[in-house]
Amino acid sequence: MMAEWRPSCPLAALETRAGLLATIRRFFAARNVLEVETPLLCRAGVTDPNLHPFTTVLRRPGGAESDRLYLQTSPEFAMKRLLAAGSGSIYQICKAFRNEEAGRHHNPEFTLLEWYRVGFDLAQLIDEIDALLGEICRDDLNLESSERLSYRELFREYVGVDPLLASFRELAECSKAQGLPEAEALCGDNRSLWLDLLFSHLVQPRLGRGRVTFVYDFPAFLPSLARIKLGDPLVVERVEIFLGGLELGNGFYELADAIEQEERFDRDLVVRRENGLPLPAKDERLLAALRSGLPDCSGIALGIDRLLMIMMRAESIDNVLAFPTARA
Amino acid sequence: MATFSTNEFRGGLKVMLDGDPCSIIENEFVKPGKGQAFNRVKLRNLKTGRVIERTFKSGETLEGADVVDTEMQYLYNDGEQWHFMVPESFEQYAADTNTVGDAKKWLKEQDVCIVTLYNGTPISVTPPNFVELTIVETDPGIRGDTSGGGGKPATLDTGAVVRVPLFVQTGEVIKVDTRTGEYVSRVK
Repeated sequence: MMAEWRPSCPLAALETRAGLLATIRRFFAARNVLEVETPLLCRAGVTDPNLHPFTTVLRRPGGAESDRLYLQTSPEFAMKRLLAAGSGSIYQICKAFRNEEAGRHHNPEFTLLEWYRVGFDLAQLIDEIDALLGEICRDDLNLESSERLSYRELFREYVGVDPLLASFRELAECSKAQGLPEAEALCGDNRSLWLDLLFSHLVQPRLGRGRVTFVYDFPAFLPSLARIKLGDPLVVERVEIFLGGLELGNGFYELADAIEQEERFDRDLVVRRENGLPLPAKDERLLAALRSGLPDCSGIALGIDRLLMIMMRAESIDNVLAFPTARA
Repeated sequence: MATFSTNEFRGGLKVMLDGDPCSIIENEFVKPGKGQAFNRVKLRNLKTGRVIERTFKSGETLEGADVVDTEMQYLYNDGEQWHFMVPESFEQYAADTNTVGDAKKWLKEQDVCIVTLYNGTPISVTPPNFVELTIVETDPGIRGDTSGGGGKPATLDTGAVVRVPLFVQTGEVIKVDTRTGEYVSRVK
């Protein structure tokens, strides 16, 4: 391949990225949020059945003994251990790695901004995300003020049925009417799958048009590390951020209950076993940290590469990465 | 026949979908940060020419389709069937009017075109990108016109009608782009 040594993005993308990182660091410095680093190479894997981590082997000098290590899929667990140890509010800009994810909006190695605010509930965190995105791109993209909509109302509006209460037959009928006749055979009686399919195909492309859309109150049975909402056990305190039809990030009012966290790990592992997926050990260090006490906090991960795609009006993530995995 | 997984779906790959051979046009990976990965795939049904969109779970597979594009010479039309021959092997194939479709208005005997075979049977015919055909009828042009602003219709020896510049006359041979159906130039 000719010229494959060259970056796949225009050189201007390097400058935009550097400017974005500087803006983020200024933003958090002004708010006294501490920048931290945690390992990219981790001893514990994730249990989320939809995430496929890269694995590698640790050898001691001489090459004898070995341990399996994972490249992190997100810095979430390590950052929560810092929070439990009393770090106060923290942020991190780091690489995360997810195998089996590649396409116009995915590169197996990507950059995340993840931050946690001690004492913030979800609404306060959304305000802060809004302020950060405002500083980064409101003027350049001429965005109107953001909107906040619940998952259920959006689903009802664009899909036509209630995501929690609709029968599988109703889901099948409305997906047929909306041009997805294959959905029934694909999703069967798996409600998470139905919701992933219908939300990503019918709702998401319409979100974040000309403004940032915050979607909150996600169904509790979708995988997450968010708290159950007080007074509404069907939904969790989770927010997703959309801009230009792209998913930019996922935030939670963080689950602090070690017992419930372990139950969610166990549920994930059951699904993994059913699907013949690898069974990683539960992260005992995270569970121990939660048992010792995670302060009340909310946290969010934002995809930096996707944010750059929007800022640069790029069609593909390859247009904002110097060397995507194909030419790394 | 081999099977192909969604991650092998690339433009031009021929697969079986709902019993029909299809050619993949586009394959988009769709995955919520927390959730199932899908592939939204655009395909052309090679029998009907229709474009369809279909979503798969990432990792699902489709059977490959036994579809081959073969260069053949168009021989003749016997009134019902259109006959083609592979020049190297002299193997002959017959296709009905439906299969030949729009290609029929560009096919001149002896011309080489692409015949798409599915399980050994023609399912579509693609004419060469450019063909040279003779004008059998067109209005006499206006004197002095050089390139022609509006042009005029001209009927060709295959029956096709294309717009030609006013200076082009009956009996002349012209070059036509079959993908757009547009006049390209006169042939000396």
